[in-house]
Amino acid sequence: MTMTTDTASVESTNGADAGTGADEHESHDVTDRQYIIIALLLAVLTAAEVAVSYLDLGAWLVPTLLVMMAIKFVTIVGYFMHLKFDSPIFKAVFWVGVGMSVVLYGIMLTTFHFFVT
Amino acid sequence: MSDATITAPDEHEPIDDGLDHLGLEHQTSTGLSNTKLAMWMFLGSECLLFGGLISTYMLYRNRSGTGVGPDQLWDIPFTSASSFVLLMSSLTMVLAVSAAKRKDDQRTRVWLTVTALLGGLFVAGQVYEFTVFYREGLGYTTSLFSSSFYTLTGFHGVHVSVGIIMLMSLVGMLLTGRIKGDKSETIEMVGLYWHFVDIVWVIIFTLVYLIPA
Repeated sequence: MTMTTDTASVESTNGADAGTGADEHESHDVTDRQYIIIALLLAVLTAAEVAVSYLDLGAWLVPTLLVMMAIKFVTIVGYFMHLKFDSPIFKAVFWVGVGMSVVLYGIMLTTFHFFVT
Repeated sequence: MSDATITAPDEHEPIDDGLDHLGLEHQTSTGLSNTKLAMWMFLGSECLLFGGLISTYMLYRNRSGTGVGPDQLWDIPFTSASSFVLLMSSLTMVLAVSAAKRKDDQRTRVWLTVTALLGGLFVAGQVYEFTVFYREGLGYTTSLFSSSFYTLTGFHGVHVSVGIIMLMSLVGMLLTGRIKGDKSETIEMVGLYWHFVDIVWVIIFTLVYLIPA
C-alpha cells in the first residue's frame, strides 16, 4: 500500500518518514543558505534591471530587459518552486501552460499589429 | 449461497481503499501527489489568465487619450522597492517550506508570518500607488490604458491578498494542529501559489514599468 516514487523530492512531498525525508530533501534539493544566495542574486538582478532601464541602450533595451526577466522567472520556478528537481509531469503541466500562453497571446498581439513599428 | 461465499471479504486481508493507514498517503496511478498535480495544473491555467491581462495592457498602454500616460505616472524607485519586498517574501516562503520539511513547526510559523507581513507591505504599497495615480487624474474609466492597467495590477493584488489569507490561515491551523495529513505538503502548495504570484510580478514589473511605452 505504499506509494512508488522515483525521486527524493517526490518522497519528501508525500510525507516520507520524519528523519530521513528532510535529510534527503536537503541533499537532493537546495539548502537554506543556497536559497538565501539565490534570493540575493535575484535582488541584484532586479537592481540591474532598474539600472538598465535608465540607460540609453536603444534597440537593445527591450531584449536586455526581457532576457533578465526570463532569467528571474526560470530561477524562481526552478529553485523556489522546486520544479528543477520535481517530476517531469509537473514540469510538462506548467511549461505547457506557459508555452500556450506565450503562443496564444503572441498570435493575438500579432493580429492586432502590436509588433509593427 | 455460493455467491455469499465468493464475495465475503477476508477480514485479515488489507483493504485497498487508497489510504496508507499509518501515513494517510494516497496511492495514485502516477505515483505522484494528486494535490500537487492539481496545483501545477491550476498554476498553468493561471498563466493563461495573466497572459490575457498582460497582452491587453500591452495593446492599450499607449491609448491614454488626453489623460495622463504611464511615463508621467510611474515612480520606478518606489515600485522597485515593492518588487524587492515581494522577492524577499518568496525567500521567506521557501524557508517556511524548508522548515516544514524538517518538521520544525515554530520556524515554519515564523517564516509564514514574515511572508504574510511582507505580502501585506506589498499590497499596502500598491494601494498607496493606486491612490497617488487616482489623485493625479487616472481613474479606472479614464482611458483604455487606465482600465487595462488597474485590471492587470488589481488582479495581481487580489492574488497577493488571497495568498496572505492562506498564509495566515496556515499559521492558525498550525497553532491549533488542524492540518490533517502531511503538513509540509500543505505548506508547499501554498508556497507554490505564493511563488507564482511573485513570478507574475516579475513579468509585470518588467513589461509594465521598465519597458517604455
